[in-house]
Order: sequence, then structure tokens, then C-alpha cells
Amino acid sequence: MASTPIDTTDGRREILRRMLTIRAFEETARDLFADGEIPGFVHLYIGEEAVGVGACSALEDRDYITSTHRGHGHSIAKGLDPKLMMAELLGSSEGYNNGKGGSMHIADVDANMLGANGIVGAGPPIATGAALTAAYHDTDDVALAFLGDGAVAQGQVHEAINLAATWDLPAIYVIENNQFGEGTAVDDQHNVENLSETAEAYNIPGFTVDGMDVTAVHEAVAEARERAADGDGPTLIEAETYRYRGHFEGDPQEYRTDEDVSEWREERDPIESFEERLLDRGDIDEDELQSMRETVDDEIEAAVDFARDADRPDPDEAYEDLFTEPAPEIDRFVGDLRADGRGGDHQ
Amino acid sequence: MTETETMTVREAIRAGLREEMNRDEDVFLMGEDVAEYGGVFEVTNGLLEEFDERRVRDTPISEAGFVGASVGAAASGSRPVVEIMFSDFMGVAMEQISNQMAKMRYMFGGKTDMPVTIRTTEGGGQGAASQHSGTPHTWIAHFPGLKAVAPGTAEAAKGLVKSAIRSDDPVFVFENKVMYEQEGQVPTDPEFTVPIGSASVEREGADVTVAATQRMVGESLAAAEDLAGDVDLEVIDLRSLYPLDTETIAESVRKTGRLVVADESPLSYGTHAEVMARIVESEFYSLDAPLQRVGVADTHIPFATELEEEVIPHAEDVIEAVRKVA
Ligand SMILES: Cc1ncc(C[n+]2csc(CCOP(=O)(O)OP(=O)(O)O)c2C)c(N)n1
Repeated sequence: MASTPIDTTDGRREILRRMLTIRAFEETARDLFADGEIPGFVHLYIGEEAVGVGACSALEDRDYITSTHRGHGHSIAKGLDPKLMMAELLGSSEGYNNGKGGSMHIADVDANMLGANGIVGAGPPIATGAALTAAYHDTDDVALAFLGDGAVAQGQVHEAINLAATWDLPAIYVIENNQFGEGTAVDDQHNVENLSETAEAYNIPGFTVDGMDVTAVHEAVAEARERAADGDGPTLIEAETYRYRGHFEGDPQEYRTDEDVSEWREERDPIESFEERLLDRGDIDEDELQSMRETVDDEIEAAVDFARDADRPDPDEAYEDLFTEPAPEIDRFVGDLRADGRGGDHQ
Repeated sequence: MTETETMTVREAIRAGLREEMNRDEDVFLMGEDVAEYGGVFEVTNGLLEEFDERRVRDTPISEAGFVGASVGAAASGSRPVVEIMFSDFMGVAMEQISNQMAKMRYMFGGKTDMPVTIRTTEGGGQGAASQHSGTPHTWIAHFPGLKAVAPGTAEAAKGLVKSAIRSDDPVFVFENKVMYEQEGQVPTDPEFTVPIGSASVEREGADVTVAATQRMVGESLAAAEDLAGDVDLEVIDLRSLYPLDTETIAESVRKTGRLVVADESPLSYGTHAEVMARIVESEFYSLDAPLQRVGVADTHIPFATELEEEVIPHAEDVIEAVRKVA
């Protein structure tokens, strides 16, 4: 979405709507996966909505993002169309990636969303590259990489931030610390208290913010964006959050209890707490909130209908899209070599 | 007549880079020591002075980071030309190469281009031991979504570097490091390019086709001189490994009925096997003798001169292979 001001009523309502859209999209994706309509893996973003929306609402449309394997929320926060996302989840040729990507790879280069990613830690170098493009062309665009707490241990993440820091590139790295990398707690993967401390090593600013508070995330990213666009280089932001669902749908979750989840869900839910704030301020009333929820639900329902009715890919499309110029043809099967009668003496 | 100039492979590549940077403002170079130092093989020497530090960029020593950044830069509208100092180091960046650069366009349903050029050096002959002497182009040529070229002459080097930069697809240019001093006649027209996916017949002959790459092109031409009057070799510079110009090889084999493939990469499951498989698939009935391959028997490149000489193929190895089929 275009930078959405958090200090206006309309802006706050839009921010809430985005978070509700993510929640509704994810709950629907959960159900469709359970019913066997979505193949592959599905990693849901429920509980983490404030991070994606807080961050993207502080960016301009023309700014770039890279995402993770948990990318639905980032995509919606960036303004992608839930219809085309849902079509992609169902493998339709009308989806964002023509059915070639699925849940883990949703991308829309036209919206400067450079892809969800199945490789943990692969997004930050790509965002560094988009930031390099911005610096190279002397625009004031910035690039923001979302990454998980687990990804912070990957070498290429370090290389990406070091390169951006060395070249003062307009980049922002947002660590979504949802407390786990698959089934291993963050404390068992890192030797620092706050993951933002690693910023010291690059001599760039690093902050840890409450990732359940969309305002806190928005403000941190807005500040980082300003710094980046001013030519003062990258910022590392850790947002402390929690995922309510398993690592992937179907995860038995033996690494935590229901109580662990409800502690965050009941006391700190990013959507409920923001709704309360907006009700308190008079930005919205109960009726308006209810109708906002219904509109969002209708939108997601329409997305599912669209996805179910959308065209299925033609099997031949499996061989398309590799190169800009047609790929050289290689026969998959060599026909009967004797068919032309040159088989000689063989019987 | 096209105007040509005598140039080394190094000068030819540098000229290609310079011309493309002049032609297109979006093209920039980056890599370890490419700017100030001029490249450890001196290919980019002088370009920092001709252009500036915006267009010729020294990176930190972090292949995953800067190769990855080239992916993001390309997806956002730049045309990065990256030098990986030795192709042996591609392994360090292989995640970004194999999962991001190669797959991004495909996984996005064709909705992005990936105009990255990776220039890197290959080959033994310098006593640099196993980690600085490999010829791993097969890794790249094998991987869907990537293009790989490997010039065998100065002319091909210039023409292919230019085509790689102009391509909207990721193209790897494999430069054989002992060829940098090799001279040739190189067209000076800035519009001269060598199309990716086209081989060239470097010497016409009637008896045996030698399909060669990089340094093996020169070795095969030397072998042809040695054998002249006895066996008449046709020598093809494959130039492009993927896409491969099967037709030019097939046409030659239809004439000679015999094929030797010479390439400085390991023999098993490799580049030689691909060339031979395609010819067997399409030209089996044109063949008069079993095919032969000249390459590096499955070993790494050793350090000591005697050992290195043993494993790196030379003209004598081509002659031996030709003798088996002629
Ligand atoms: C390079 C790589 N290693 C391992 C995996 C398997 N894997 C997928 S997601 C994941 C956990 C990532 O944790 P984190 O970065 O914290 O993100 P989160 O799932 O918590 O959002 C792992 C190990 C992978 N996809 N890529």
C-alpha cells in the first residue's frame, strides 16, 4: 500500500482493514488446506499481522520488499490482490505466478514485491540488490527485507547487511521474531538477547520493537525509511511477535503448549488491541467495525470463488517462462529410431 | 569487410565491457577487486578511471551477498555484470545462483526478467591447485534457467560478453584463465556480437569433427596442424554450452561421420556427455565410429606441475582420441 499515515483516522482505519484482511485470508487458507484444496506447504501469518502491515504502511508504493516462506501477510500488506493470491495458492494459471509458485513464492514485480521465498535467509541479499538499484539510479526508493528470527543465523543475511552498510544503501531489514525457527526456540539458536544487537557489528542503527503493536512497527520503519532515503544507510529492526499456528499447517507443535499460545493471543493480539485503540479514540464505532469485518470476509470469499473458477494451467505451460527468449527445444523422448527405415540389418 | 584488430582475449573482453557500458547506462560492474585493482586477471583494468565508482564497484568478499544483490538489482531494473574471481567460488554463492537467479523468472510465471551477467574464470595450468583451477561450467549449463557460454577465441570472447550483457536472462561467461594472453582478430564495430547458442567452425576438414571449448579449441587447431596430410580435422568452437548449437555439430558429423568432444571439465556426467548424447539421438546413422571424449579424468586439479600437466588435456590427447576413431 502507499504510505498510510498512522496519524489520521482514515490511515488508522486502513491499517486495521489490512490486518483484518490478512487474518481472514489466513483463516480461509487454513481451512482450504485442511480440506485438501491447497497442495504443498502452507505457513500462516496469523498473530504477526502488525509486523507486515506496520512496516508496509510506512513504505511508499514504489519501495521494494522481499518476503519469506510466510509471505501471505507481507503480500496483502504490500497491496497485492487476495484474488490473485488465492488463485496462486490453488495452482491456477490466473494466479500471480501463473500457478508456478504457490503459497511459498507469491510475487508481483509490478508492485515491487520481489517474492516470498522458500529459502530461509535468501531475501535480504535480493533486497540489498533492489536498494542498490535505487542508489544506482539515485531515486529515493528504499528496499525492505522481511526475515525470520531463524534466518538471522544464515551467512548470506550477514553478507547482505554488511554490503548495504558498507555502501550506505537504502535498505531496511525487519526481523520477525516470532520466537521459533520451525520447532526450535529462538534462545536455542542465538547467543544474543535481542537480535537487533547484531546491528552494532555493522555500525548501523538497530532497534527492538513490540511487533504486536502496529504503531510501534510503523514508527520504527518510518524512521528507518527516512534515514534510508536521506542516504544514511540501512537499519535493522527486530519486531517481537508470535505465531499462533504451527510452523506449517499440520505441525504437531510438540515444542510448545496451548497456554504458551494463549498468553500472547489473549493479552496481546495485534488486531484486537488496535481495534480497542480505534474504538477508544472514536476512529470507528462497533457498527462500522462489524461492517468492516463483513466486507473483508466477503472479499476473501470472493477470492476463493475466483480461485476455484479460474483456469487450470495447460500441462505444456510447464515448459514456459524459463527464459525471455524461447528456450531451445530438447525432445523429451527420442522416437523410434528405426521408423525411417534406416535401422539397417537389425531385427 | 568487418574491421578487425589484433587483441588478446583479455583486451577483447574489456572492450566488450566498455562498449556495453557506453551503450547502456544501466550496466555496471561489481566484484572483488574489479575497480581499484583492475581485477586479479586485469580484465577490468582501467575501467574505473574511464567510468567511475558508481559503475565499477569493489564489493566485500562475500559471494553470496553480492551475487544475491545482483539478483535483486536485476529484478529491479539494473543490469549488473558480476565478476566471480575464480569459478571454484561459485559454490559459496550457489544458493543465490541455483534457487534465486535461475528460478525467479520461472516461479514468478515469467513476470520478471533476470538480466545478470556473471563473468568468471576457469581452468588449470597455473599451478594454482584444486580450489583455483576447476572447470565447473557443467554445474551451470546443467541447471534450468541459466545460460552458459565459454569462448574459445578472442573474437568469441568479445562477442559473447556483449550478448550476455544484452540478454535479459542470466548468462554465465566462463573465461579460461590461461587464454587471457591469447591473441586473435576481433571486430571493432560496437554492434558486433556473437549470438548465444551458436557454435563456429574454426577449421574445415573432411575426416573427423572435433567439438571443442575454450583452450581446447586452440589445442585442437594445433592437433589439426600436426595431423594435416594424414587426418583432416574439422574443429568447432562450441562457444555456447547452454543453449547448445546441436545443428552445427550435427552438420559436421554428417560430413565426417566421426566426433571427438574436447572440453577441460571432468568427464563423468558432464558437458562431453551432453554433446555426445545429442549427436547420438539425432545423428546416430551418420556415425561411422564410436565417439571419443577428451577432458579431465575424474580428479581435482593437482598442484605440482608434473601432476597438473598429467590431468589437463592438450593437443596430444586430442590426437590420441582422433587416432582411435579415424
Ligand atoms: C536454507 C533453508 N534451510 C532450512 C529450511 C527449512 N525451513 C523452512 S522455514 C524454517 C524456519 C524458519 O524460521 P524463521 O526464519 O524464524 O521464520 P519463521 O518460520 O519463524 O517465520 C526452516 C528451518 C529452508 N526452507 N531453507
